[in-house]
Amino acid sequence: MAELTVAQGLTWNLWSDVQELFSYPFMVNAMEAGTIVAVMAGVTGWFMVLRRQAFAGHTLSVIAFPGAAAATLAGLPVAVGYFAFCGLGALSLAGISGSNRSHSAESAAIGSLQALALALGFLFVGLYHGLLTGLDSLLFGTFLGITRDQVLVLLVVAAVAVLLVAIAARPLYFASVDADVARAGGVPVRLLGLGFLLVLGLSVAATSQITGAVLVFALLVTPAATAHQITSRPVLGVALSVAIALAVTWLGLALAYYSVYPVGFYVTSLAFGLYLAVRITRVAVRRRRATGLPAAAAA
Amino acid sequence: MFAHEFMRNALLAGTFVGVACGLVGYFVVLRAQVFAGDALSHLAFTGALGAAVLGLDIVAGLFFATIVGGIVIGALGDRARADDVAIGTFFAWTLGLGVLFLSIFTTSSSAGNGTAGVRVLFGSILGLSGADVRTSVSIAILTSVALLTIARPLLFASLDGGVAAAQGVPVRALGLGFLALLGLVAAEASQAVGALLLLGLLAAPAGAAHRITSNPYRGLLLSAVLAVASVWIGLTLSYAFPTLPPSSMIIATAVAAYVLAFAATVGRRRPVGHYLG
Repeated sequence: MAELTVAQGLTWNLWSDVQELFSYPFMVNAMEAGTIVAVMAGVTGWFMVLRRQAFAGHTLSVIAFPGAAAATLAGLPVAVGYFAFCGLGALSLAGISGSNRSHSAESAAIGSLQALALALGFLFVGLYHGLLTGLDSLLFGTFLGITRDQVLVLLVVAAVAVLLVAIAARPLYFASVDADVARAGGVPVRLLGLGFLLVLGLSVAATSQITGAVLVFALLVTPAATAHQITSRPVLGVALSVAIALAVTWLGLALAYYSVYPVGFYVTSLAFGLYLAVRITRVAVRRRRATGLPAAAAA
Repeated sequence: MFAHEFMRNALLAGTFVGVACGLVGYFVVLRAQVFAGDALSHLAFTGALGAAVLGLDIVAGLFFATIVGGIVIGALGDRARADDVAIGTFFAWTLGLGVLFLSIFTTSSSAGNGTAGVRVLFGSILGLSGADVRTSVSIAILTSVALLTIARPLLFASLDGGVAAAQGVPVRALGLGFLALLGLVAAEASQAVGALLLLGLLAAPAGAAHRITSNPYRGLLLSAVLAVASVWIGLTLSYAFPTLPPSSMIIATAVAAYVLAFAATVGRRRPVGHYLG
């Protein structure tokens, strides 16, 4: 937080403010990391919402926390813990959805998995004395102090994740919208489901190093949910989801820079505000159409 | 072990919290509302920290947030079933709000320094006072009695909402009432095992019970017994090995029970919940 004191404060000249924002290397790194994370979360989140896997996505983002704690305890780089645990989590989730046919049994299993992850995380933190001060940043992340190396790793992971989704986009969309018809058409539905969870785990692991385990979920679900409210067309929807994620991340970072409050609060609030606005507008438009159409028909 | 007052308090409160979580959890799993429980557990965190920032009673903030949250989720979910996305969007935002409260709280109180947040998230069952125990016991009894009173119609409404509504069962009111009860239990369990871990006490024993028996009353009983046993075993483990945090041990035990039940019943007949598809 010490770096924040160098901020000059907001002036009336918006252009000079933006220039000032980018005059600090830590802010440039944060903006680049935020941009990469937003694109990745926008793309994978859109499919997550389409597949109604919000609970699985949230569980994956929770699993990142024991991963980080375990790596710290074992003296390994934190990134190793994130990727190992999120990968294992994705495999377990795929196993769960394969072995439980009913929705209620599946959600009980996912809930148990998530609770176990949290219990393990807290256990690791308890075993590693002195991490307690770092627990906040494990859970809630910090955009400050991101290194060049982290940005590069993030870029590689994001490129892989987005590329994989792009390659599998058509069959994945088909399998998500109507699994039975897709299966009958020869689409490997189960394999796609597993692959998607692994990509989701990959992007969660990369993202949570920046945003913390708790806030990844907000970036995954909210822009995507807003995009699904606006359009059901896939290409446009993914583009919108990415655009919203980018806008809230950039604005959130800039707001956090000029105030004392955490970036997570701004990003989630901006995203949720937009989601609410879109939902309310949709309801209003539908109501006007419903009352407007009969009148037009009568005339 | 029983010579220590904090252990007696923990066991007493934990037993009743376990019963309440086991009973409510059975219906949470049956109605496929585990994600709502997940959301409520995070709301508990935000509520408690919000109250701390405003200088109000943390426990009051907890109860307020989870009960109101339960009703909001009920309203969100009623129009379209399985609206996990709407719930997820809502609680992702409350998490952001929680982060804000945490940052205000930790910067304003020099002594608290983050441990308050950690305590809300992960509970402090060994730090309960006699008064805390009395409150949590009475709330647990209240919720358990309320749940058992509505158990029959709730079961009917959960298994087949359409037929139940046609028979004159107030399905919607039952659903809302149930979520409010869930909120009450969530707030109570937050004090014992923490906001983030209560999901384990709701989902794991009930999930195990659903796998073992499809008889609802036997399932309810089994779910409560498993939850209480998890609390006892977890507390004993934590007492025997003081480096192991009690809330982690409780949840680990509950999940172990679930995994055992899962392994024992793989390939057997399907549980009650399959009616819901």
